[in-house]
Amino acid sequence: MNFPSKLIEDAVNEISRLPGIGKKTALRLVLHLLKQKENVTEDLSQALLALRKDIKYCSKCHNVSDETVCSICKGLKRDKSIICVVEDIPDVLAIENTSQYQGLYHVLGGVISPMQGIGPDELKIESLFERVRIAPDDEKVQEVILALPATMEGDTTAFYITRQLKDLGVKVSTIARGIPVGGELEYTDEVTLGRSILTRVNYSAD
Amino acid sequence: MHLKNIRLQQFKNYGKAKVQFSKEINCFVGINGSGKTNLLDAIHYLCLTKSAINPQDNFNIRHEDSFFTVFGDFDVEGKEIEIRCIVEAGKKKQLIQNGKAYDKMSEHIGLLPVVMIAPDDTSLIKDGSEERRKFFDNMLCQLDRQYLNSLVRYQHFLKQRNALLKQFADSGKWNSQLIEPYDLEIIKLSKKISEMRKVFIQEYEPLLISHYKTISDDQEQIGIRYDTHCSDADFESVFRSSAKRDYLLKRTNMGIHKDDFIFHIDEYPIKKFGSQGQQKSFVIALKLAQFMIFLSHKQTKPILLLDDIFDKLDDSRISKLMNLVADHQFGQLFITDARPERSKGILGEIDADSRFFMIENGTVTNWNQ
Repeated sequence: MNFPSKLIEDAVNEISRLPGIGKKTALRLVLHLLKQKENVTEDLSQALLALRKDIKYCSKCHNVSDETVCSICKGLKRDKSIICVVEDIPDVLAIENTSQYQGLYHVLGGVISPMQGIGPDELKIESLFERVRIAPDDEKVQEVILALPATMEGDTTAFYITRQLKDLGVKVSTIARGIPVGGELEYTDEVTLGRSILTRVNYSAD
Repeated sequence: MHLKNIRLQQFKNYGKAKVQFSKEINCFVGINGSGKTNLLDAIHYLCLTKSAINPQDNFNIRHEDSFFTVFGDFDVEGKEIEIRCIVEAGKKKQLIQNGKAYDKMSEHIGLLPVVMIAPDDTSLIKDGSEERRKFFDNMLCQLDRQYLNSLVRYQHFLKQRNALLKQFADSGKWNSQLIEPYDLEIIKLSKKISEMRKVFIQEYEPLLISHYKTISDDQEQIGIRYDTHCSDADFESVFRSSAKRDYLLKRTNMGIHKDDFIFHIDEYPIKKFGSQGQQKSFVIALKLAQFMIFLSHKQTKPILLLDDIFDKLDDSRISKLMNLVADHQFGQLFITDARPERSKGILGEIDADSRFFMIENGTVTNWNQ
């Protein structure tokens, strides 16, 4: 793509480095910003700079946070005896949006994959064990729920964590996998369907 | 099932070519290097998304061109299926069925079964165990999705485990907790896959034996021995006791990726003790048994590609193979031969719709002298 201005070219190049944005979309965004009042661009840049500079990660669960400990970990109504382990930050948001879970979280920041050079040391795995180990008696962790991706790497990571948690005397569970609500059986992939049959549950009307 | 026609552009030594086929016998004649086998390879592309000869797609583009296309219309149980294969240098290969592109090439595998017999190609016997595993894996994957899924999983875990072993070696530290998940998966899948291979060989071996008898006059007893540790009762402990060796060699030394299929003749491995003739008969029998197993599982006759058989086989084997053809054991047939008169003589005696095509330097003409 040829640009009439070096300034536009630089801005387009920077913006198109973001995921899901190509050169054409970037150009449209740049031209849009130019049409707006100057303070729109200023506010955007300010917000981005502040985000980068001031963002914190919760010292307990490693979710994004404005303070040292995040609002979920500090929440008074939260059940501190359950920890849900997820791969990354969007997973916390997804589970929060279900309104079905009142416990705490633990964000690993990825899953184990030796081929990509990601081992337990690159993730927040040790700190999960530490959390279970040092919890005070009135906040003792009773259950760890593994909500990791249903991929080979997710399964390996779940297995690794489970093995180590066993020695700490805590219950380990994993989220159910099966047919999505509103899904048709005939369009469900064979592996999921086969698994759903094998791990079927007793029928309950409520 | 049969292929009605094929259209090539810039494929190997072809510029543009369009050929209408007979649904029974098609014979490509022409001097060596004219492009007869390339035409078989184009059919192989349509059926299995790749070349039978050169695994690198780019090398099948005509010299100094930047892409090739192979289009063909199939008749599958009365239903018309058009397959288009497009390979452009530096781009992802495209395979299109009736106007819709496949996301994954593997989804196409198994739809249009094909068997290629090239008697001179005894690499299946002479080369290392990888060739034989590939041959059997290929068949099993086309017949059984479960097998395909298990094999893909196995290969993935194996790669991860080997990467881990390399890290252990680099850091000089073994971490048994970290490797345990991979060990368990590899042990579990090895048992499962070896069991499936074993069951398959039980079905395949009788077909192989009977076709070897049909092809050769030999009275020898032939067979396949599936060589694996993975279905042994103590496989798990054998796998675990090899951990130290794995660590030193930085790769996994036990598992189904080390299996072999030993072809034997009177209890001796044919690789070392078989004569040239016996090896050729064996290769043909392997492929005919493959044809039969596809037929029995898929209820449709695979397309059969016979490359240069009249030149590479002796008269007695040729006549036995042709008896099968005359007996209408096969479906659609494609044969190459450098000597037109000879194939006309042999095939002319068979009561079937035979078409002959003269191949000259990448051009195809009907030949009916």
